[in-house]
Amino acid sequence: MKLELGNIFIKDVVFSDETKVVNGVLHVNKEAIQKALMDSDPRLAKVDIDLAKPGDEVRIIPVKDVIEPRVKVSGEGGVFPGFISKVNTVGTGRTHVLKGAAVVTTGAIVGFQEGIIDMSGEGAQYTPFSKTLNIVLTCEPVEGLPRHEHEEVVRLAGLRAAAMIGEAGRNVEPDEIKTYETLPLFESVKKYPDLPRVAYVYQLQSQGLLHDTYVYGVDAKKILPTFMYPTETMDGAIVSGNCVSACDKNPTYVHENNPIIEDLYERHGKDYNFVGVIITNENVTLADKERSSNYTAKLVEYLGLDAVIINEEGFGNPDTDLIMNCKKISEKGVKTVLVTDEYAGRDGQSQSLADVDKTADAVVSVGNANVIVHLPPMKKVIGHPEAANVIAGGFDGALSSDGSITVELQAITASTLEVGFGNLAAKGY
Amino acid sequence: MVKELERAGLPTVHICTIVPISKTVGANRIVPAVAIPHPLGNPALPKEEEKALRRKIITKALEALQTDIQSQTVFEWQ
Amino acid sequence: MLRVVHYINQFFGQIGGEEKADTPPLVKEGPVGPGLALQQAFGDKAKVVATVICGDSYFNEHVDEALDQILGMIEKYQPDIFVAGPAFFAGRYGIACATVCKAVQDKLGIPVVTGMYPENPGVDLCKKDVYIIQTGDSAAQMRDAAGKMAKLALKLANKEEIGSPEEENYIPRGIRVNYFANERGSKRAVDMLVKKLKGEPFTTELPMPEFDRVPPAPAVKDISKALVALVTSGGIVPKGNPDHIESSSASKFGKYDLEGIMELSAETHQTAHGGYDPVYANEDPNRVLPVDVMRELEKEGKIGKLHRYYYATVGNGTPVAKAKQYGQAIAKELKDAGVQAVILTST
Repeated sequence: MKLELGNIFIKDVVFSDETKVVNGVLHVNKEAIQKALMDSDPRLAKVDIDLAKPGDEVRIIPVKDVIEPRVKVSGEGGVFPGFISKVNTVGTGRTHVLKGAAVVTTGAIVGFQEGIIDMSGEGAQYTPFSKTLNIVLTCEPVEGLPRHEHEEVVRLAGLRAAAMIGEAGRNVEPDEIKTYETLPLFESVKKYPDLPRVAYVYQLQSQGLLHDTYVYGVDAKKILPTFMYPTETMDGAIVSGNCVSACDKNPTYVHENNPIIEDLYERHGKDYNFVGVIITNENVTLADKERSSNYTAKLVEYLGLDAVIINEEGFGNPDTDLIMNCKKISEKGVKTVLVTDEYAGRDGQSQSLADVDKTADAVVSVGNANVIVHLPPMKKVIGHPEAANVIAGGFDGALSSDGSITVELQAITASTLEVGFGNLAAKGY
Repeated sequence: MVKELERAGLPTVHICTIVPISKTVGANRIVPAVAIPHPLGNPALPKEEEKALRRKIITKALEALQTDIQSQTVFEWQ
Repeated sequence: MLRVVHYINQFFGQIGGEEKADTPPLVKEGPVGPGLALQQAFGDKAKVVATVICGDSYFNEHVDEALDQILGMIEKYQPDIFVAGPAFFAGRYGIACATVCKAVQDKLGIPVVTGMYPENPGVDLCKKDVYIIQTGDSAAQMRDAAGKMAKLALKLANKEEIGSPEEENYIPRGIRVNYFANERGSKRAVDMLVKKLKGEPFTTELPMPEFDRVPPAPAVKDISKALVALVTSGGIVPKGNPDHIESSSASKFGKYDLEGIMELSAETHQTAHGGYDPVYANEDPNRVLPVDVMRELEKEGKIGKLHRYYYATVGNGTPVAKAKQYGQAIAKELKDAGVQAVILTST
């Protein structure tokens, strides 16, 4: 499976009467997008669209998802299969990317869990989305909508808007083309007979409301671990429905741009043979956890792998999924590297993980999510600032009267992503 | 938390879905629960059956509290 | 020039060996024994103004007394820095250094440094609170140890930023600190993977800890006569969450009255926990805190009595040290109330 990603570098975003890309400037037709979203879902009472750019004194809260606008220009299927496009297998042909732009969804809080994006100040250094040109959708559902549906309405609106905006890149000549290719296993091994075989075990959050992930439209809690070509997720085959403790929940943007996949491709064919991705879930019963980790270890063995990188999504009981995968894969004689964040307390003195094992001897830490950060007041707040008092990582009184917010890092969207998206790390002192 | 209760000499049974975490945090008497969002229930069951299930788990927990043990022990009810 | 007080045992204090281990604390002006190496390392930046010497047996057999005397002696000299040892692999000496260092730091508010071999029992006693320079296992490494201790002590006294354990040669204190690495996490993972594949040395960024264990409490003789309490980390609180317990990383626990409550319901209770889908617990809170069944069992005489109060906190993202603190506080209240057994439910 071979995919060309054509990156169109977006330098600025403006409102306009037509959605298009002109000389690297993304024009967005606000009214047309609002109308399309309202027309497609009667459960939406109101959609507002704002722009938030790097350096702006703008705070977005509570953030639910971030999505990169992409469009499929050749090859099978379309973006976000199972939601926006039919469930064709994606990941081949050519996809254009509006690099530097992002669709961010906010609106009334669904649970306790959504995050914060600050475009400047102390908080901006922790979230990758302070560096993107954000088209922010504030979505308010109709009264009395059950929470599961409320989450769905906002998720679909974000995907629809991203697909509409992505269309603007269809006929634009990309500034850069990157090619990613993964061969079927036998061909791949034939091509690199002497290289060790490596795969990526991709744990997907699947604990329930605001903790779900979708694969080709299927709720990941209902899957058995399975195999994927790495390029499939670049076309939006994996969609986020979660933002609990927003620091370590992968927004859809991150599934489209999974850095472990990118960096494994980087040395593919030189230091190892990167044969593909095993996706698995993080369910809420012990039997599910045992079954999924057994299945994952079985796939690892069957594919004849020498080493894997495993990352979790979230913390607490998903630590057990991570450790079970590590233990069972290690028992097959396969080498492992884990990526996780830590919950070591505000003073850094507590136990970092809920579950541990001695086989976990190669771990990358993407930071302690309990540390306190002070977010200065902003000139403009998109969404609902009072959510800071109840979101995970926030606490009663987190929002001061001057508009500043004191929260744990865990409240900041994508600050400790366990796919290693950022440079944050932690070490022992 | 469970460890501190036991350390204080209070026999404590931990009803917990993810038994490995319970073991890691040092619980001694462990009774597996149903699922994380509903450890002592199952929304798929009719109300009476669900309560009977809850009673079954609690009864096992009471048994655990009355059992002398030497090391971490899981009391299964399934 | 900074003032230093140094603590050593009877052996290094040149009083005598084991036969003099019961020597009570005494103080001498200026450096003694290893203090000379220390003074040399300090150069003209600091001066060892006094040396406190105490026999190892005396200290360990009269801890409180000895501490009082020693703290008094140190305080008199108004030092800017306190240094103890190095104790190398000497167990009782290490424990004395650890205990004195902690007390000086806490009670006198003076920066302290000691030195030990990693297996010295004094290490576990104070490594979280005190900087311990890692030394070899014998006094042959005195010069090296004194140099490192002096260097770190000066930094502490001057309130300079303290680097990593590798940079400063101290035994890791187990404190996790965030920093921005040169490479993103995914790249670091791939680099580590390649090293592991090639059999080259690599360093994990998160060493696996060891958990301590508690021996099981004795069983309840007869549960049908016992006072049983319910505790939950599943965040079940009265409707409206009156104490504002946080959905994650909870800063407190709640104590709530069950008097007259035969079962929980969606009208009376809810969950404050942010780590799971709250719909099921909100619909029927008994699914997390089984008050309905406990009342039934109480009525049937299967348990003696359900304790009037239940305790709740949110396990989600709550650091172990906090959970421990809550556990201790709850345990004390339950014991004082005569509770004989506890059912703890977690989500």
